[in-house]
Amino acid sequence: MPVSTNIIDQTEALISSQEMPKTYWDQRIEALSRLRNISLPSKKDEYWKYTDPQVFNNPSVLLTNVVVSDEHLMFRSIDCLRLVFIDGIFDKTSSDSLDDEPVELLWLSSGTKENSFWVSEFYGSLEAESQHRVPRPLAAFNSAFAREGLLLRVFGKVVKPIHIEYVNKSPTADVILHHCVKVEKEASVTLIESGAAAARFNKVIEVDLSVGSSFDHVNVQGTDIEGVVASQLFAKLSSECSLKSFALTMNGALTRHESIIDLVGDNSSAHLAGAAIGGGLFHHDDTVFITHDALACESRQVFKKVLRRGGKGIFQGKILVKPMAQKTDGYQLSQALLLDEESQFLVKPELEIYADDVACSHGSTSGAIDEEALFYLRSRGIPDEKARELLVLAFLAEVFDEIDSAEIAEELVNHLQLYLSGYL
Amino acid sequence: MLKISNLKVKLEDEDKVILKGLNLAVGRGQVHAIMGPNGSGKSTLSYVLSGKSGYEVTAGTAELSGENMLDLDPEDRAAQGLFLAFQYPVEIPGVGNMTFLRTAVNSQRKARGEQEMSAGDFLKLVRAKAKELKIDAEMLKRPVNVGFSGGEKKRNEILQMALLEPKLCILDETDSGLDVDAMKLVAKGVNALRDGSRSFLVITHYQRLLDYIKPDVVHIMADGKIIKSGGPELALEVEKNGYTELLAEVS
Repeated sequence: MPVSTNIIDQTEALISSQEMPKTYWDQRIEALSRLRNISLPSKKDEYWKYTDPQVFNNPSVLLTNVVVSDEHLMFRSIDCLRLVFIDGIFDKTSSDSLDDEPVELLWLSSGTKENSFWVSEFYGSLEAESQHRVPRPLAAFNSAFAREGLLLRVFGKVVKPIHIEYVNKSPTADVILHHCVKVEKEASVTLIESGAAAARFNKVIEVDLSVGSSFDHVNVQGTDIEGVVASQLFAKLSSECSLKSFALTMNGALTRHESIIDLVGDNSSAHLAGAAIGGGLFHHDDTVFITHDALACESRQVFKKVLRRGGKGIFQGKILVKPMAQKTDGYQLSQALLLDEESQFLVKPELEIYADDVACSHGSTSGAIDEEALFYLRSRGIPDEKARELLVLAFLAEVFDEIDSAEIAEELVNHLQLYLSGYL
Repeated sequence: MLKISNLKVKLEDEDKVILKGLNLAVGRGQVHAIMGPNGSGKSTLSYVLSGKSGYEVTAGTAELSGENMLDLDPEDRAAQGLFLAFQYPVEIPGVGNMTFLRTAVNSQRKARGEQEMSAGDFLKLVRAKAKELKIDAEMLKRPVNVGFSGGEKKRNEILQMALLEPKLCILDETDSGLDVDAMKLVAKGVNALRDGSRSFLVITHYQRLLDYIKPDVVHIMADGKIIKSGGPELALEVEKNGYTELLAEVS
């Protein structure tokens, strides 16, 4: 029996012995069979060469005790609809009600309801479709074993951002969440996620965008040192849609951040951006797969990482342009600022283009702090540390420009500044 | 104000000696000019005084108000009152000019144990000083020196000087790359800072700048040393005859 199958069995047994919600059971069984087919990730897999998946595969989690940080709570100055998760469990008492919004909110753990027919069709479907191109075993694992998740259907324009606040209290919390968001015709919503969710966190978000709709997404990971995170965003865009997803990561022992975007309707746009900063154990992996399968769509990737003391950054970004997808406009930028010689940035940009009327560009750089600029700042009396902090912020500024909302961008920059002043 | 004694400097990575026992004293409120041919070590002197890395001081001292600066970090020298106006001001994309100026002013105040300036007070101060130098609001909003013309970069240097109120200003070829009008504007900015106690060390290739910033003393530098000092007439002599005659005279 292959080791992988053995691990899946053990995991299944382990999870079954706990109170597993028996909801959407058929979908879970299917996901489990997908997982058995593709097996768990290994370092031999094409897209796992640079990141060791071992810590995600281990069924009986023997995590070093994560230091639960007294996290600075974010987005308090912005009028949001707050949904709080404590160690992966929804905390209704500290959450806001969405009753007055043009949305329908269900929970994965509460099972099928009369208005949840769409979930039965949608749950795990984008994850399943993506498996044909590149195996995403952790996402299949998630679909099979997720314990909770919000199932959100958006019918109109939701003005206030919906803010999922993750709180981690137990140093051994092992959390699997699977959120589904269905944005109906011409509807729009902003989803913010913040905080350290768990010691080990596996999260999937599946987003379906109907004609003319938009989805803005901002994700700020907690600043705890030891946490491991596998985060997967699957989105499918029909015509005239807009998707924006931004991620800010500070610290974390291992973060694997996958974005799998399918542009299947004409004239849509998908913008992905990420800023990551950390050192030492820090290992941050952005893996992106954008498929253009419609006319005149635009996709944009802007990812920057600041690494030091042996920190490691990975970027694997692929743009696939199918034969039908004429007038595609694809852009990809990945850059790293290496603050010392031990740090490392590994990049694999991929373009696979089958249409002939296409504009696709990609660029990647890695470099050190500009010594001339550093001396210029210091010669004006700005202390070395502060000058470096300014230059790090300057390097990342381009990524924050990708965020539409000025107040959200400001909150993120302030958060990063707070972090930097105790960091560099 | 500034007293340099027997200063010897070599490049850190090479066995190349650049300053070979330089002596110079600039009194309080005085303006001294240093002229000299290419490669005589003028820019190196300005970098060594402001603390740029890559140079090794093998002998000598450089005192500002009686305190040797050569062991201090660049930011500490700045807080002590030293300011270098760069020959080539550095462009820093992503750092807003206003953020930069305020961080610099408040860092120096903090280092000297003074109260930091509020955002409001600072804005007022910058606007007033910027107006005198014809620096518009747009230039203050942009990233430091990014997209600035040569003249704008130099005016931005003088603006920093005006805000930081140093005791000693070193101007490294501030006239290079400037047309006559831009040079006059920069000189006007510098002259506005002459208050009888602030001292200036003006490094230049050409006498032209000294028509607008009148020096008390002119030094000729060659091969890492001051070879001759005199009044403003010395600059005129260089302009007329070049350096060759002077160099021959000394050797």
